[in-house]
Amino acid sequence: MYRYDEFDARFVNERVAQFRRQVKRRLAGELTEDQFRPLRLMNGLYLQLHAYMLRINVPYGTLSSKQMRKFAYLARNYDKNFGHFTTRQNLQFNWIKLEQVPDILQHLADVEVTGIQSSGNCVRNITADQYAGRAKDELEDPRVYCELLRQYSFLHPEFSYLPRKFKIAVTGSPNDRAAVAVHDIGLRMHKNEQGRVGFEVLVGGGLGRTPYIGQTIRKWLAPEHLLSYVESILRIYNMQGRRDNIHKARIKIIVNQMGIDKYRELVDEDWEFTKNGVLKVPDDEVARINTYFAPPQYESLADQTEMLAKIRSGDRAFDRWVRGNVIEHKVPGYAIVNISLKAPGKVPGDITADKMDAVADLADRHSMGEIRVTHRQNLVLVDVKQSELYELWHKLVALELATPNLGLLTDIICCPGLDFCALANARSIPIAQDISHAFTDLDELQKIGQFTINISGCMNACGHHHVGHIGILGVDKRGEEFFQLTLGGSSDQNASLGDRLGPGLPQADVPAAIRKIVDTYLVIRQPNERFLDTYRRVGIEPFKTAVYGAESQAA
Amino acid sequence: MPQMIIANRLRDGAIVFLAQNEGWEQAIAAGTLIDSEADATRLMAVAKRHEVECQVIDPQLIEVELKDGQPRPTAIREAIRAFGPTVRTDLTEV
Repeated sequence: MYRYDEFDARFVNERVAQFRRQVKRRLAGELTEDQFRPLRLMNGLYLQLHAYMLRINVPYGTLSSKQMRKFAYLARNYDKNFGHFTTRQNLQFNWIKLEQVPDILQHLADVEVTGIQSSGNCVRNITADQYAGRAKDELEDPRVYCELLRQYSFLHPEFSYLPRKFKIAVTGSPNDRAAVAVHDIGLRMHKNEQGRVGFEVLVGGGLGRTPYIGQTIRKWLAPEHLLSYVESILRIYNMQGRRDNIHKARIKIIVNQMGIDKYRELVDEDWEFTKNGVLKVPDDEVARINTYFAPPQYESLADQTEMLAKIRSGDRAFDRWVRGNVIEHKVPGYAIVNISLKAPGKVPGDITADKMDAVADLADRHSMGEIRVTHRQNLVLVDVKQSELYELWHKLVALELATPNLGLLTDIICCPGLDFCALANARSIPIAQDISHAFTDLDELQKIGQFTINISGCMNACGHHHVGHIGILGVDKRGEEFFQLTLGGSSDQNASLGDRLGPGLPQADVPAAIRKIVDTYLVIRQPNERFLDTYRRVGIEPFKTAVYGAESQAA
Repeated sequence: MPQMIIANRLRDGAIVFLAQNEGWEQAIAAGTLIDSEADATRLMAVAKRHEVECQVIDPQLIEVELKDGQPRPTAIREAIRAFGPTVRTDLTEV
C-alpha cells in the first residue's frame, strides 16, 4: 500500500490543525456559514438532512486493516455505530458533530486517510478496479498510476477551482469493473501494436442530469505522458468549461458541445508544449511508487481445485458462495473473496462498527491485511489462500457477511437518497429493501443470472441508475415519491445508457414491475443470455408491455 | 395550516425546532406552532438572529399538520428531518 512520505504526513497534520482553528472561529461566531462552507467542504464535511456528513477518501478503493479499524473506532465513538461505503469507493459518516470533526480528522490523519478533495470543484478521489494487482485478466496494476495522478492533482493550484467536480477512474483490465466510461476521464490500459502497455483515454463521460458515455480522445497514450496529457485535458476544461450554469459545467457538456475532434485538437495543441517537459514521468518515479504496490510475498501453492470440489459437493451453501462471490486470483493457490454488503433487507453499502472490526480481523488472518472497496458498495479480501476459503466462509456466515449474491439481482447499488441526503427528491433505500425482500430465493437469483439494479434518489445519479441493467430514479411529483425505470444500461467495457421504460411508478408498485420484467426476460431469453443481452436483442417493447400492459403501446 | 421553524444546530448539525421560549429543541413536539403570518414573521426574525449568532443554520418555516395532537411536517423531506431516516427509525433521538 502507498505510505505517506514526510511531506504528505506534515501537510495533512497541518491541515487538521488549520481546520481545528477554522471550526473554533465558526463556533465562536467569527465566520459566517457562507464563509465557512467552502472551508468545511475542502475537508469533505457536508451538512445533510440530519447532521453533518463526513466523506472520507479511500484512494483507488484500497484500505489496510488498520484503516478499517480506525473507521470502526470513529463509527463507534463519533457516529451511530455504522458507516456507508459509496459508489466512489469512499466512506461516509452520517451523524457527525462539527465540534468533533477536528479530532476525527486527526484520527484519520494518524492512519493516512483524509477527506481532502472529497468535495469541491477539484479532482476527486481517483477510483480503480477493486481487484487491481490481483485480477487474472489484468495487464498491470492501475493503482500505480492512480497514485501518481493523486499526488499530481492533490491541491494543484491550477485545478483547485475547476468549473465543476472532476472524476477519474482507471482500469488495468479489459473487463471494466471501474465504470471508466462514465467518468470525466476514463483510463483503460491496453497494449499498442508494438505490445507496449499504455492507456486508452476517454473523456466526457458522466451521469447526472445529462448522462454521456465517454468518448475516446486518444487511442493509446504512453504511460510516461499520463500527467501531461491529463493536465492538458484539465487545462482546456478549466478554460472552456461553463461557470455560468452549474447544470452545464461538467466537462461532458463542453466535450459534447464542441465535439470530441475539436476538444482533441485543443488538447493536442496545449500538450505539444508540455509533453516533454517536467511532467514527463521518470521511470524511477514509477518504479518508486510501484514498490508500494508490490504484491505480497505469496507462498508457492498449487490450486486447490480438487479439495474445494470435494467440500463444495458436500456443502451446497458453500458451493453457492464460491460460485458467486469468489473470483480467480492471478497467483495459483489464492483467491479473491467478495464480501457482499447487500444482505436481504439491509441498506446497501452500510456496515456496522463491529463488522468493520471483524472484516479487519479477517483481512489480517486470511488476506495479508488488505481490504478493497468496490464502486458497487461491497468489500473484497484480495489475497485469500484457497485452502482457507471454507474456514473464512464459516466466519463470514457467522457475521452475516456471506450473502452469495455478488453480481446478482439483489446486489443493488443504492445512494443514501432522501433518508439522508439534502439533494435527494425521493427515498432510494426502501426501494432496494423492497426488491431484496421480493427476491430472496437464492436458486431463483442464480437462475436469473448476472443482473444489475442501480437506484438513485435524484437525477444527480450517485446511484448510477443510468448504467444499471435496470435503473431506478426517484422523482418528486407534487410532493409524492415516484420511481422511473430505465432498462439496458451498463457501465462495463460495452457501456450504455438505459432507456426510459415509461411513466414513474409509486413505491409499492416497483417490486412487482421488476418481477414482471424478470419474468418476461426468463421467457424470451436465449441460452447464456444475460438480461442485458436479451434486452439488446429484443429492445424495450416486451418489457414495456409487461409492466404497463398492451394498452399502453397504443396510447 | 400551522407552521413551525426548523433548522440544523450549528455545533452538531442536529435538527432543532424553535420553541415557545425562543430556545431550540430537538423534539418536534417541543417546538412552537405558528398560526398567524404576524407570528411567522416575528419568529423567523428571531430564528434569523440566532443564525447570525451562530446557534443554528438555515432556519426555515415548514407546514405541519396535527395528528393526534402531535405536529407532523406535511412534506416528506421535513418529516424525515423531524423523525429521522425511515430506514433507521431506531436511530432517532426524538
